[in-house]
Amino acid sequence: MNSSSVTKNSQQSLHIPKNFRMILVICFAFLGICVIASLALGSRVVGFNGLIDGLFHRNIDSYEVNVVRNRIPRTVFSLFCGAALGVSGALMQAVTRNPIADPSILGVNTGASLFVVCGIAFFNISTGNEYIWLALVGAAVTAVFVFGIGSMGRGGATPIKLVLAGAATSAALASLVTAIMIPRSYVMDQFRFWQVGSVGSGTWSAIATFIPFLIIGILIAVITAPALNALALGDDVATGLGVRTGILRLLAALGAVVLCGATTALAGPIGFVGLLATHVIRLILGPDLRFVIPMSAISGAMILTVSDVCGRLIGSPGELEVGVVTAFIGAPILIILAMRSKVGSL
Amino acid sequence: MINESLEFIMAGRRQRQRRWVLVTGFLAVLSFILCGAMLLLGSTIYPVKDVFRALTGEQLQGVSFAVNTIRLPRMLAGLFAGFAFGLAGNTFQTMLRNPLANPNVIGITSGSSAAAVFCIIILHTSGGVVSIASVIAGLATVLFIYLLSRGKAFSVGRLILIGIGLQAMLDAMISYLLLVGAQQDIPEALRWLTGSLNGAQMHELPPLVATFFIFAPIVILLGKHLSILELGEQSAASLGIDTDKTRILLIVSSVIMIAVATATTGPIAFVAFLSGPIAKRLVGVGFSNVIPAGLVGVNLVLGGDLIGQFAFAYRYPVGIITGILGAPYLILLLIRMNRKGEL
Repeated sequence: MNSSSVTKNSQQSLHIPKNFRMILVICFAFLGICVIASLALGSRVVGFNGLIDGLFHRNIDSYEVNVVRNRIPRTVFSLFCGAALGVSGALMQAVTRNPIADPSILGVNTGASLFVVCGIAFFNISTGNEYIWLALVGAAVTAVFVFGIGSMGRGGATPIKLVLAGAATSAALASLVTAIMIPRSYVMDQFRFWQVGSVGSGTWSAIATFIPFLIIGILIAVITAPALNALALGDDVATGLGVRTGILRLLAALGAVVLCGATTALAGPIGFVGLLATHVIRLILGPDLRFVIPMSAISGAMILTVSDVCGRLIGSPGELEVGVVTAFIGAPILIILAMRSKVGSL
Repeated sequence: MINESLEFIMAGRRQRQRRWVLVTGFLAVLSFILCGAMLLLGSTIYPVKDVFRALTGEQLQGVSFAVNTIRLPRMLAGLFAGFAFGLAGNTFQTMLRNPLANPNVIGITSGSSAAAVFCIIILHTSGGVVSIASVIAGLATVLFIYLLSRGKAFSVGRLILIGIGLQAMLDAMISYLLLVGAQQDIPEALRWLTGSLNGAQMHELPPLVATFFIFAPIVILLGKHLSILELGEQSAASLGIDTDKTRILLIVSSVIMIAVATATTGPIAFVAFLSGPIAKRLVGVGFSNVIPAGLVGVNLVLGGDLIGQFAFAYRYPVGIITGILGAPYLILLLIRMNRKGEL
């Protein structure tokens, strides 16, 4: 009796937003367009025939076909990274109960950078597989630190306190990064390529390294989503609903850090994707995290891929790193959020 | 009875005044010593007498070149830029009643840098035009942030958030400009991004010095009004201050000083941010900390440059040193403000 009523309740509470199927179809259609654009566009634009040949005819070997084939891993990589960043942003916003949370704004990316630079400078580390662990540790330590500072004092972690803690920590760590880097030109050479935040480094081996982290992170996100919904009502209410808030926060934060740490390790620091992806989705679908989290993955993938294509077109014949593009698109969202928020909630 | 309490108040005031004079004097002497050290120290250390003779125009083998061409411009650039950063940073912090609201954090420096890099790379201009563009861009950034943050009720917290967002965009723009720039323009553009006294040259100093002597007195003279503005809009108005005019004058002077100083030395990290709070700590409340803030700025820049030059095996630019010193202080300040619930 009791358990059946609980199931009934939870079934009822899964309120599917209006037009959800249509939105889903539209999203996937857009995603498809993004993928095609990412394969076809760039400093060399490939026509329709070349695209088909490159994708489906293995035996043809021409310049255009090779261009398309080289763009395949890059596109897959940017989709995965975008998805990871989107979910990571959604998780961070849920954990901190704060609309302005994103790996870059909270300084987590810079923390990962510092650890990677230390690894290159002091321990002669040079491969992506080793970067990833350093970046994860760096991201985790920074996340704890920033959240610790941001949640001190009255009112807990308000947006303004968290953002300032993130910006301050970011500035502190960035000056350490520069100080370590400047006298060591070999570090600068290696690090420069990493620091730009680009998906151009996407190779099949990088993708293979990335996949386990992506799966773990998204799994954590999906599992914690219902409980995070309860957390959105406030710690007291969540506790009353039987949620163990401490463990939940820890687990969800772990998921967020795994996702953004792994992305940062392989692609370099890319900002604002999490912020942008989540807010677009929330605008369309409402606040239910069981929808917001998976859809943030899709919108994150879309945003990052489109940004990458834009970067390639704007920067042609070279390319503009995707991190620059996302900052330019994403920072206005931060400004708009700040403008709309009430004074008291800052 | 009344006389007693009056006596008490007067005694407190005298005590604070003594402290102010003491602190300011100490900071001035320290600045003077650091200026001397900048001239004396280097890869070769010359005796005081030789340095003095070289400065007064005597031609001495080796000494004249090292002192007059390399060390003197470096020292002067640090001196004036440091004072300008300190004054301007303190003005913003006091006026907005929040130490975090300073040109480094809310993106004014980035606005100036972005305009300068744009002029150098896209328009291929140099010299005075770049400085003027950076001044205008700095003012435009302030105006933009202010307009965006006005909303229904003005809030410094919102202003800082918007500033951080704007800064991210401006930095992205700078990265883009550096990417499309021609190879030969990059070194000049990079000077706008890292604070350093390396390569300061005598012929670059006049704009900085002129700006300083025009606008620093304005800020210093308005310093008394500044401490009244700190009491809040209404109190200031009822004490007979034209708040709008004072505020605009102060902001414009500060931004111009910051932009021109940045044109000479690049944005030296955290000097504008650190000077005000340090000066306030030293001086205490009740007396204007405008001049002490400027002197603290000088000491930070010159001291940081000396540390960067001689304390390590590698010669670090001054911006790195002030960055490493300033960042932990920023975090400490944040922790303290959070504890007190000032945010």
